[in-house]
Amino acid sequence: MRAGRFLRRFARHRLAAASALLLLVLAVAAAAAPWVESWLGVEATGISLLDRFGPPSALHPLGTDELGRDVLVRLLYGGRVSLFVGVAAALASAVIGTGIGLLAGYFGGRLDDLLMRVTDGLIALPLLPLLIVLGAIDLTRLGIPPEVAGAEDASLLRIVVLVALFGWTTVARLVRGATLSARRRDYVRAAVAMGADSRRIMLAHILPNVAAPAVVATTLTVGNVILLESVLSFLGLGIQPPLPSWGNMLTNAQELVGTAPLLAVWPGLLIFLTVIAVNLLGDGLQDALDPRVVGKR
Amino acid sequence: MTRFLASRLLQALAVLLLMSFVITVLMTLMPGDPVDMMLAGNPRATPADAARLKALYGLDKPLLERYWHWLQAALAGDFGFSRLYAQPVLTILLPRLGNTLLLLGAAMALTLAVALPLGVYAARRPYGWADNAINLFCFAGISVPAFWLALLLILLFAVELQWLPASGLGPVGGEGWWQRLPYLVLPVASLTLASIGGYTRYVRAAMMGELRQDYIRTARAKGLGEGRVVWRHALRNATIPVVTIVALEFGALFSGALVTETMFAWPGMGKLIYDSIMGNDLNVALVALLFATLTTLAGNLLADAAYAGLDPRISFKGDGA
Repeated sequence: MRAGRFLRRFARHRLAAASALLLLVLAVAAAAAPWVESWLGVEATGISLLDRFGPPSALHPLGTDELGRDVLVRLLYGGRVSLFVGVAAALASAVIGTGIGLLAGYFGGRLDDLLMRVTDGLIALPLLPLLIVLGAIDLTRLGIPPEVAGAEDASLLRIVVLVALFGWTTVARLVRGATLSARRRDYVRAAVAMGADSRRIMLAHILPNVAAPAVVATTLTVGNVILLESVLSFLGLGIQPPLPSWGNMLTNAQELVGTAPLLAVWPGLLIFLTVIAVNLLGDGLQDALDPRVVGKR
Repeated sequence: MTRFLASRLLQALAVLLLMSFVITVLMTLMPGDPVDMMLAGNPRATPADAARLKALYGLDKPLLERYWHWLQAALAGDFGFSRLYAQPVLTILLPRLGNTLLLLGAAMALTLAVALPLGVYAARRPYGWADNAINLFCFAGISVPAFWLALLLILLFAVELQWLPASGLGPVGGEGWWQRLPYLVLPVASLTLASIGGYTRYVRAAMMGELRQDYIRTARAKGLGEGRVVWRHALRNATIPVVTIVALEFGALFSGALVTETMFAWPGMGKLIYDSIMGNDLNVALVALLFATLTTLAGNLLADAAYAGLDPRISFKGDGA
């Protein structure tokens, strides 16, 4: 597909274009967190019990939280974590899912049966309760040294791995379906006849043709991952404080809802805006990448 | 059909068996020892007491042996005792199951009551302003974090306006069921708002597919009223995929209710699963999680059966698809 045509179709989807812009702004703001921090002259981790529940001011544009920390800077740092987890886990899911989908669709037969049974089985599991169990287990009992398991980034890595472990099924199914139809095309047969090996056929000939559905599914996965991360962190099982994430900033919100209602509003609003933007973007990509919907509107 | 059902049931049993073992293993990896946690509040407990309790619960035995004992007892209908509640597992589980079914049933009925007309309306004038507005509303519903939605509802209706209770089940006993109704409003509203979006999109997509079909053109050509064409002819066929989704999602809703139930302190299965995992109550967590898996599997099976039952073109003969 020509880049120009893709961009024209995408821009026609005004909501998707606006969403892409919003995500860009959020990503830049999150990336700029340290600069905002030093510019305002506050510290994200600076606990100050005298400034608890402070109202918005020049120093703290969104006020302070229950420990006197600046809400705006924590939101920005939380955004880094939430966006990183969302993108990293979705990409990991996409790689696993594309690999499994390609193998199942290309080789078929027993391998296909086995992989698809595993996929069906995973889909039938109660996802959230299982993630809660997996989020709660003590890594040191798995023989992981405490200094590794207790490191600040460990909770970050752990949630990416956990989500990727269950998140690949959608991409795998889509890629398998697309591979099944691509495998019967003439250009693939021609490649086989010319003696290309399976690896080359899968990577050079089939993969580019299954990329579109995989990209769309991956985009939608980002939104789901951010939702999952936020709920796990909210329950105290995802990102561990003092590292802020939009989910764990809401952990105490329910008890404080009478005292400081706005503390419950901001992080959730950012999760909501990010996820809706990602989903609208995915919807726009689907329309722009799928040649079958030409002339739909 | 029978062969298909038999193979699916066998497969479901295998998944359940595997799950029960995996959960047993995972629960031994949880932080804290259940017996130490029990004795933590009792200063007179000696190490000998701890050892005796561990022997009583079978915790001194190797994992495989413990699992085997649990399996044998479970197959005989004995699921053991809850450590947190000191009652047989089923005594705790069954009333909570009732509470969850009440919550989910009400939410599902309300969701469909809104999503069906909304989806049909959107499909009749696709890409008009109403469809675009409905579409945006759907995306909002899909994208909102359920716990935050619950938080906002509590903030607005329980804290600010003080119209409705924020949590709990309401008075238990023969006081009259209507007294419990206010306690149901916020959890049901929260679940419904979070799921309307998805269903509306399914209904819309299914209806748009049907309205393009030749039989619809035929029905219009022979002069049937538009209402009859849409609501009788198209909707009947459009419900087939929707019913399938309802069955598929019911299992997912079951674990999705975990967040809502926890937020509103609604004593249902979801909250029980969460509390038992966090409280290291293995016997309860195991059975509750298996039950959640069973509902999902049953939902999947039901979806396939409903598909075959509603659409005469699909049969399970031959290739066993």
